[in-house]
Amino acid sequence: MNFIDYYKVLGLDKSASAKDVKNAYRKLARKYHPDLNPNNADAKTNFQQINEANEVLSDPEKRKKYDQYGKDWQHAEEFEKQKQQQSQSGGSYGGGGFSGGQRGNDFSDFFESMFGGGGSSSRGRQVKYRGEDYTTEIHLELIDAYTTHKQTLTVNGKTIRITIPAGVENGQIIKISGHGGAGINGGPNGDLYISFVIANHSKIKRLGHNLYQTVDVDMYTAVLGGEITIDTLDGKVKLKVKPETQNGTKVNLKGKGFPVYKNEGQFGDLQVTYNIMVPTNLTEKQKALFEELRKTKD
Amino acid sequence: MQIENLIALDEFCVKHEIEISFIDSLQQNGLIEITMIENAWFIDSDQLLQLEKFVRFYYELDINLEGIETISHLLERVNALQDELTMLKNRLGIYE
Repeated sequence: MNFIDYYKVLGLDKSASAKDVKNAYRKLARKYHPDLNPNNADAKTNFQQINEANEVLSDPEKRKKYDQYGKDWQHAEEFEKQKQQQSQSGGSYGGGGFSGGQRGNDFSDFFESMFGGGGSSSRGRQVKYRGEDYTTEIHLELIDAYTTHKQTLTVNGKTIRITIPAGVENGQIIKISGHGGAGINGGPNGDLYISFVIANHSKIKRLGHNLYQTVDVDMYTAVLGGEITIDTLDGKVKLKVKPETQNGTKVNLKGKGFPVYKNEGQFGDLQVTYNIMVPTNLTEKQKALFEELRKTKD
Repeated sequence: MQIENLIALDEFCVKHEIEISFIDSLQQNGLIEITMIENAWFIDSDQLLQLEKFVRFYYELDINLEGIETISHLLERVNALQDELTMLKNRLGIYE
C-alpha cells in the first residue's frame, strides 16, 4: 500500500489555505482532465491522483485526519474502527467509491480504507456523479473481422457479451452505453469504449473495405494465357489470365473485398496484382527452346 | 430528428444541478443545438455526451465559455488528427 503525499500531488505545503487547495486542484485538473486529454492514460492516472488529493484536502474533516495521522494511517483506521464499534452511531462517509477502468481501483488504498471510497466533497448535499467511462481493447485477426460474430469480455469483474459487426477497422472505437462504472448517488453509469486492434498475418492487405493481394503467375500462363486459382478471405476464386499479361498487371474483383461496416451484404473490392515468375533451373531442352524463341525475336 | 431521441433540458438541469441559462449560452455560442417543442427545450441524445463534457468544463474546471469554445475546436482537431494517424498507420500496413 503506497502512501501518497496529497500536498505534494497538488504542489502545496501543509499551510495551504482552502482557497490554495481549490486553485491548485483546478489548475491541475485543467491540465490532466480526461476530457482534455483523449486517449492519454498518463493524464488519466494523474487526474485520478489529483482528484483523490482534492477529495481529502478540500474537506476540513478529512484533511484534519490526514494531517493528524499522515503515513501512519493504518493506526488511524484501527482507531476509527474502535471508535465506530464503541459509538455505533453511523457517520460513515459511505459512497459508492470510484472505480478505475481495466486497471481496477486507481485510488490509493489509503484513501479507500480511511474514508470508504469516493463520495462528495460537499457535505449535506448529495452530488450525483456519472460513472467513469471504461476503455478496453479487443485483439482480432483480420479473418475474425471479416464476419459478424459474438464475443464475451470481462470488464471490472462483469462479463459482457457483445456483437462485433463485420468490417470493424483497426483502431476503430465503439461505445457500449451504460457498461462503464456505476453512477454515484443515482448518477448514470459511464460507458465502455472498446478499441479494436486488428492484426494481419495474411498476405492479403486491407485498406478500409478494399483488399490488396499479390499472386504469383508462372511465365507460361502469363505469355499464353490460362486460368489460376487464388485463395481469398471468401474462399478460392478462379481467375482467367489474358495472354501476354505483363508483370504488375492489376485486376479488380468487385465485391470480393472486405465487408462494409454495418452495411450487411456490401463488400469492397479485391485488387489482385500479378507477379510473373520467370522459370529457374531450366533443363537443356528448355534452354534450347528458349534459344529458338530468342531467334524468332526481331 | 425523432422525438424519442430528445432529452428534456429542464430534467437535465435538475439532474446536474445547473442553470438553464448555461445551456442557453452554449447554444448562443454555437456549441450545441437545442430544440423547442411545446414551450420546452430539448437536446438530441447524440449531443448529450458533448453537453455533459461542457458542464464538466464549466462547473468542475472553472473554464469560461470562451475557453470552452476554444477547447472544443482544439479537441475536434486532436480527434481529427488521431483519426488521420490511425488511417495512415492502416495504409502503411499495405506496404509492410
